Amino acid sequence: MADGTRDKEDRSNKPDDEAALSARLQSLGDRLASVSRPTENDARFRKADTTGMARGLRLSTELVAGVIVGAMIGWLIDRWLGISPWGMIVFLMLGFAAGVLNVMRVAGVAPDRTK
Amino acid sequence: MADPVHQFEIVKLFPVTKIGGQEIAFTNSAAFMVFAVVGITAFLLMSTARRAVVPGRMQSLAELSYEFVASTIGSTTGKEGMRFFPFVFSLFMFILVANLVGLVPYTFTVTSHIIITIALAMSVFLTVVVYGVWKHGLHFFGLFVPKGIPIFILPLIVFIEVLSFISRPISHSVRLFANMLAGHITLKVFASFITLLGGLGAVGIASAVLPLAMVIGLTALELLVAFLQAYVFTILTCIYLNDALHPGH
Repeated sequence: MADGTRDKEDRSNKPDDEAALSARLQSLGDRLASVSRPTENDARFRKADTTGMARGLRLSTELVAGVIVGAMIGWLIDRWLGISPWGMIVFLMLGFAAGVLNVMRVAGVAPDRTK
Repeated sequence: MADPVHQFEIVKLFPVTKIGGQEIAFTNSAAFMVFAVVGITAFLLMSTARRAVVPGRMQSLAELSYEFVASTIGSTTGKEGMRFFPFVFSLFMFILVANLVGLVPYTFTVTSHIIITIALAMSVFLTVVVYGVWKHGLHFFGLFVPKGIPIFILPLIVFIEVLSFISRPISHSVRLFANMLAGHITLKVFASFITLLGGLGAVGIASAVLPLAMVIGLTALELLVAFLQAYVFTILTCIYLNDALHPGH
């Protein structure tokens, strides 16, 4: 008899439980969607870089390339305008900033510019 | 000790023509580039000649390389990127074959010269700029103006974005060139240790086993690097082309 009542109780509780569960699932789904939406572009990018090694190999040269470009432009501006150390100083710093930006983009810290 | 950079020497095989007093010669570099192109073309033509429904070994290799590049383009740029498939596929196959051929002893590694890699990177860079401007007009330059930046630091940010954009062909080419150059020099240096130690008698020969093991390991690593660098070059090409296709939504 005890079994019977428990069964009955279970049966009566079931719709309640299921409703609560589906409500919780719903809210969890909403929260997940709101969390994952901003990184959707990121996830696509990550999938493209299938191996972490490929990404790691990119990091090393990105910073150097920025600094080299800054130094090159600074040197050219100094030559053309004859303002000797100033072009180099300013563009070396800008180049360093660009290099750091490159590295942050590869690492996925900074948002991609296409967003 | 054998000169570790001797392998990168350009040798003139025969002169072709003269342009403005500058001699244009057919070099060993050009010979290996021709070899790579002819090899790829012959491989693709022969492997797809039968066009069997159930592919044989060669045909499935050709299909695999097609699938690999196509899925790389698809996942990075979407469907529109497929119009660049011939370009990206040629780049990938050329770099891959040039890297792999360079691993064979006594051959010349085309991609270990920066002039080759920078020419490849510049072709990608110019394609991005020309196609982007042709397709989107001035809207393409919106790439350099990130949204939501306060107006008083915007000029600085634009400068940094432009520099970051210009630095792309440099990092693109230096990465491939430096990896191939450094890998081949390391191999050569360790290989010359073997012969040096081998000349020292019994103890030397016994200890020459160590650099020999190192060379075997490095060769396997270089095989991986040869493939990985071709892949990295390809994926970066796709990422850059994506900017030309969809500059700043």
